[in-house]
Amino acid sequence: MSGGRAIILGRIREALRNNPAPRPHTSHSQSEAAADHNGHAQREWLPKVGQTLPERIDLFAKISEGLTTEFHRVPTITAARELLVKLAAESGWKKIASHSHHDTDALLEGINLPVVRTEKGYAIDDLESCEAGVTGCEVLVAQTGGIMVSVESAGGRALSVLPPHHIVIARTSQMVPDLTAAFEHVKQKYGTKFPSFISFITGPSRTGDIERILVLGAHGPKRLTVILLD
Amino acid sequence: MATQSADFQTLSRRYTADKGFRAFIQKGLSGYYQKRDQNKANFQDWQGARDLAAETKYEAVNHLDKYLLEFEAKITARGAKVFWAQNAEAARDYILKVAKENNVRSIIKSKTMTSEEIHLNDALEKQGFGVFESDLGEYIVQLRKEAPFHLVFPAMHLTRGQISDLFQKELGSEATDEPEKLTMIARDVMRRKYCEADMGISGTNFAVAETGMISITENEGNARLTTSLPKIHVALLGIEKVLPKLEDLSLFLPMLATAGAGQTMTCYNTMYAGPRQPGEPDGPEQMHIVLLDNRRTELLADAEQRDALGCIRCGACLNVCPIFKNVGGYSYGTTYGGPIGSVITPHLRGLKDWKHLSAASSLCGACTEACPVKIDLHHHLLQNRRNGAKASPSPAEKVAFGGFSLMMGNPALYRLAVVFGRIFQPLQNLVNGTILDPLRAWTGSRKFPTLAPQSFHEQWKKERGGKP
Amino acid sequence: MRISLFVPCFVDQLYPNVAWSVVRVLEGLGHEVVFPESQSCCGQPPFNSGYWDEARSAARVTMRAFRDAEVVVGPSGSCVTMIKVFYPDLFKGEPDELEARELAAKTHEFSSFLVNVLGVTDVGAKFDGKVTFHDGCHGLRELGIKSEPRALLANVKGLELIEMCEAETCCGFGGTFAVKYAPISTAMDEVKCASILKTGADTVVSNDSSCLMQIRGMLEQEKSSVRSLHLAEILASK
Repeated sequence: MSGGRAIILGRIREALRNNPAPRPHTSHSQSEAAADHNGHAQREWLPKVGQTLPERIDLFAKISEGLTTEFHRVPTITAARELLVKLAAESGWKKIASHSHHDTDALLEGINLPVVRTEKGYAIDDLESCEAGVTGCEVLVAQTGGIMVSVESAGGRALSVLPPHHIVIARTSQMVPDLTAAFEHVKQKYGTKFPSFISFITGPSRTGDIERILVLGAHGPKRLTVILLD
Repeated sequence: MATQSADFQTLSRRYTADKGFRAFIQKGLSGYYQKRDQNKANFQDWQGARDLAAETKYEAVNHLDKYLLEFEAKITARGAKVFWAQNAEAARDYILKVAKENNVRSIIKSKTMTSEEIHLNDALEKQGFGVFESDLGEYIVQLRKEAPFHLVFPAMHLTRGQISDLFQKELGSEATDEPEKLTMIARDVMRRKYCEADMGISGTNFAVAETGMISITENEGNARLTTSLPKIHVALLGIEKVLPKLEDLSLFLPMLATAGAGQTMTCYNTMYAGPRQPGEPDGPEQMHIVLLDNRRTELLADAEQRDALGCIRCGACLNVCPIFKNVGGYSYGTTYGGPIGSVITPHLRGLKDWKHLSAASSLCGACTEACPVKIDLHHHLLQNRRNGAKASPSPAEKVAFGGFSLMMGNPALYRLAVVFGRIFQPLQNLVNGTILDPLRAWTGSRKFPTLAPQSFHEQWKKERGGKP
Repeated sequence: MRISLFVPCFVDQLYPNVAWSVVRVLEGLGHEVVFPESQSCCGQPPFNSGYWDEARSAARVTMRAFRDAEVVVGPSGSCVTMIKVFYPDLFKGEPDELEARELAAKTHEFSSFLVNVLGVTDVGAKFDGKVTFHDGCHGLRELGIKSEPRALLANVKGLELIEMCEAETCCGFGGTFAVKYAPISTAMDEVKCASILKTGADTVVSNDSSCLMQIRGMLEQEKSSVRSLHLAEILASK
């Protein structure tokens, strides 16, 4: 059932027929850039990103601090495991959730906690009662200090947003400079067979709805930990 | 005078008289200004970014049919259903139908001003569906049975004390003056709702034609939860929300965050390409896209003001508008307030009844300056005034301005008017500020200047002789 | 240069000293100033209210008055905006569209004329006092005037310029808006005056007399000692 499809399309075409709108008052000639659409025009105007990997990691770390993202750089998977065990002990986790993925499997190897796995489906109440969710990610975005997740890299839609503490394990090779590069990655990896869900996560959940005062952990995770493996 | 215009006068008088309220709103915005400016400064060239955004929206809006069809084809190929709603009723009826056919009992919603526009909650509740607003600000105004105060910050007009009282009354919670505790109360309530709801209704910030995705921008995570757990996802969007390419988001997401909230990026920016795909472990089984016209095509047909359809609903124009800051969101009496609301409401709801919003402006232009997509907002207000005067001129104004022009074109008449003015002024001084004073709209709060004993014209003639 | 003076209608009737100040400054710089007496009003009031036919009638008087002018200078951001920015729109498709565009091209706001056309920032003025500057919205956003008044004030001997927080916030005049929506206009005036008082300045200066009418109106009502003067009056003082 398409409802008013023909009517609306008719209205649109009638509205636009022989009825040009004045072009926007732009001081730079952006019309070529917009029409050309190689997606790179915006790089001229958006915030600068470092040229080298170390610069980008530094930028990511700096922005993370401002966002209250807990960012840890570790040399080995063993060090990552130690960090996770420490977090578990500090926070008193009784049950966590994760999904099957090369890096999460390695991270959770030998962990002494029940783990709800989501990749083959799960009971909502089961996931809801987990204190932490451990996922991989698609890429890390230096420009925004955020990560990009998807169904495949984060075990579905809810794992990275329902448990109150989200832990991400990633590698430095996953660092991309900016959002444009992140979208390029998506296209390269998936072609046109996109997953139904892709999300940029930039810090723990927050709200300013009460007197414009910042509160963390509105509905999504109150804590976001990013563990970056060399 | 139309009721809407009279209502605006009444409400704006009430809100401007409340200095405490005005100061509260101003205080709430001051943090935003600082962070917005910091983030704008981070851009290599904010003005260049605006230009590109304006051009991209120009391309999208002026080829709207092409991009909507591309979007529809791509997202339906992945199993989503697209419904084209001519008007509010068609949109509501479709959503009700989906809810009924699927035996939905409980509905959770994330923030969507489009649903306010079509009065969706009312319609759902009347048919017996439980509807919960998950965005904290929206939840608060829902409990208060109020409309959102601002496009982006629905509850910015309330103090923590008022919110605490509200939660005590409606939820039986303990009194507290800590925003964190209040937020956690709402969080706990909502967690259950996400897990139990049969249907999630969301808005849409952008619809990407190239890849057949919708994009939702938020900070709280409630939209992600609304669209992850319930088995049906309904996404509402105005037809103008479509963007040509996926990469356009790498410009629009940071600009929306900066202009709308003073952030580099909001916390969650999510692209949905359809319902749960084969092999995916979660996500809704059904995804319904409701494309809403509701007279947007009339705005599209007005080539002079078509750029107003490029609006990304960031709220930046509201945040800088001195009228909005002093009268507040409720004075407008319609879904979309502030400068953008004043521009588009005559098109969406009728010029005659809503042209007064375009008159209630000093045309300072701060809105146009702030708009990330360079909509010519304050000039559109002028155009609405011209269109309004043509369609339904005020007889009094027509006579007054006709007389004015006549006088200005006729030196003798002009001199005569000046003479009368000089006679009239001492008389006006006698009744200054009183009920008898015809100038009391001015003199109530400001001293009226005295006419110069001699105009510049007269002085020049005297001092420089007959020479021009 | 032969400069034709454009005197907005309420400068003519309420603040003729502002116009004389412009004359004194320009003549002091060695230019000839002429005043076409047939001018009356640029047409902004009917234009702003949407009565464009009536606005065109008034505007044609202005166009006729300045037909032979070499260059036109006026001490008002809003009235110069009317001519420079809106006459082309107002006369689009009209037989006198070209004339409207020509007048638009040769008309300048006073401070912009001094700095951008004459290349002058020091007119030899002297004014003792703490001054804060209000940016009239039309001048600021339609004509891009921001640095020019400040460059001129910086060279006034004895003058100390203190910026107010809300320099760019509208004072609330807006033409008929000031009476049609008086409570809102008053609220905006309150915000502006509070910002002025916060600077501790003894004088508020602007390049638009309509703004000054609004600001002065409230300052005098509140019996404030803060004076309000037009930029031209400061620049003409010795």
